[in-house]
Amino acid sequence: MAFVQNVPFFSIMISMFSGIVSSVLPGKAAKWLNTAAITVIGVMSACLLGYMIDVGGSYTFMMGHFPAPWGNEIRAGALEAAMALAFCVVMLLSMLGGRKKLDDEVEKSKHNIYYILTDLLLSSLLALIYTNDLFTAYVFVEINTISACGLIMIRQNGRTIEAAVRYMIMSLLGSGLLLMGICMLYDLTGHLLMSNIKEQVASIMETGTYRIPLSITIGLITVGLSIKSALFPFHSWLPDAYGYSTVSSAAMLSSLVSKGYIFLLIKIFYRVIGFDIICESKIINVLFVFGLCGMIFGSVSAIMEKDVRRMIAFSSVAQIGYIYMGFGLGTTEGVVASIFHILAHSATKSLLFISAIGLTDVSAGSRSFFALTGAGYRNKIAGVGFTVGSLSMVGIPVFAGFVSKILFAEAAVLHPNIKMLPTLIVLAISTILNAIYFMKTVIRIYVPEKKSVIAEKGYTTVTMSRQKLYTVTIILFVLLNMTLGMMSEPILHIIQTGLSNFA
Amino acid sequence: MGPNLLANYGEAVSAVLFCIGFTNLLLQNNLIKKIIGLNIMDSAIYLFLAEKGYIAGRVAPIVVDGVTDVEAYINPIPSGLVLTGIVVSVSVTALMLSLTVRLYKRYHTLDLDEISSRLKKEGL
Repeated sequence: MAFVQNVPFFSIMISMFSGIVSSVLPGKAAKWLNTAAITVIGVMSACLLGYMIDVGGSYTFMMGHFPAPWGNEIRAGALEAAMALAFCVVMLLSMLGGRKKLDDEVEKSKHNIYYILTDLLLSSLLALIYTNDLFTAYVFVEINTISACGLIMIRQNGRTIEAAVRYMIMSLLGSGLLLMGICMLYDLTGHLLMSNIKEQVASIMETGTYRIPLSITIGLITVGLSIKSALFPFHSWLPDAYGYSTVSSAAMLSSLVSKGYIFLLIKIFYRVIGFDIICESKIINVLFVFGLCGMIFGSVSAIMEKDVRRMIAFSSVAQIGYIYMGFGLGTTEGVVASIFHILAHSATKSLLFISAIGLTDVSAGSRSFFALTGAGYRNKIAGVGFTVGSLSMVGIPVFAGFVSKILFAEAAVLHPNIKMLPTLIVLAISTILNAIYFMKTVIRIYVPEKKSVIAEKGYTTVTMSRQKLYTVTIILFVLLNMTLGMMSEPILHIIQTGLSNFA
Repeated sequence: MGPNLLANYGEAVSAVLFCIGFTNLLLQNNLIKKIIGLNIMDSAIYLFLAEKGYIAGRVAPIVVDGVTDVEAYINPIPSGLVLTGIVVSVSVTALMLSLTVRLYKRYHTLDLDEISSRLKKEGL
């Protein structure tokens, strides 16, 4: 066994222990520890990714002293390593971009708590990516929820606490359903490890017994995880949670937390139940319909929103709809497109949140759409970042969003039966709606504002040299976005081989 | 259907309790009642697990009188899962209660809709 194969274990442990150690450190030290931990884990995941591409396949890693059917296991392959790397990069950039805002908005004494929560969030995300055990997955889902709730309410005002309560209520409903589903699955199969469950599920399907309990289980798990990742009818908590929390939290919540649950759902589809059985079970039709509804309603709500942060949050609803629509197609091409969209959306949405905060800051802190007039001139780099993010979300070539849109369209065209037409139509409508609200904002920030209004409202101007860290972050985000957009071939190859290893 | 339901009455009860807890958590306006609903829901899941792990006529898997035969004991894994689940639900309940305390101190009400409408008026 090569040394690099220990990476999944080390990365979970490093992030978890840096969280524990941070609890006794002052804010500044906790900040450096957090940055170092994320960087180290990112570099290690990159090494693992390189190794797994070289070797191919995947491996399991025994946790503790008990072998497979009883003990706990970690499993890693190229796709898992790639996801871990992507999550680390996005998390690092979101933390860097929101650092100055964090200093303003959060009390000094609470800074180390913020970094503890971030460390725990990272460790739970990594555990969700790597774990091979369903009950461990449940425990880390809960850790993920609790730390996300902390990230929302770290900025103390009435809005954020209310948003945190709403978030917790919806999340707890989701975890209740998920836990019930996992328990029923355990009772049906007698196992908690994903690969063992899959063998048993296959034999259940062969003998034709327990069909109804199995469908109920699939339903419970899928609905539970889709509530937690804010699929369309369950998205009521989302705009407040993303709109009022401090900006790093909003970026991480939209681009990482919900994506962790979605990745777990993919693992359950492929590694626990088996994708053929999922497709037979009709649950994907439900996901398909709700995904399509989400694509439309999320965009319509975003168009009607006057608050720029909430507008970006509603756009997340639409993008989550795209991802579930990809599952709903029930083909490998659809799932590949969804996984690519997970990456593209997390890179883009965090960029949008981070650059939107730069724009609202120079508009006297007003988040209203009209106050943003000419903000692209007052904070140039934030304007560039917002424009790039918008172009990517709309699906302009060169940027990440274009590739995922074209993958979705391809998957829809290759689909053998009735789902092709509605997918293409809704994809087109949703793209137009995206263009309406993003381009409206981009045009607004580049319309020059009258000098008298600037003086009267107290708008300020920030140059790039006065916000070096922020500028570097935005540039890195833009580069990340363009990398995803222009070098999608190797990434797609990793996703495809990873999915075939899952099965 | 009938005899199966009677033989598995524990599971049936836990399913009913789960639904009661779930609807309470979803539909109640009062935050404390919501949290009570959450606890009913979680307890129902633990009842389900314990019911599934129990085998009639056997005892808890603690070796006291030298009997190491598998046939003498119940399945220990569901009990372990229940313990883990209880830890999770205790911490989540504590978190929810602390959030409720904060909201109550600020707005002097436990009604979530009332709090939302006041927030809208504040225009924060």
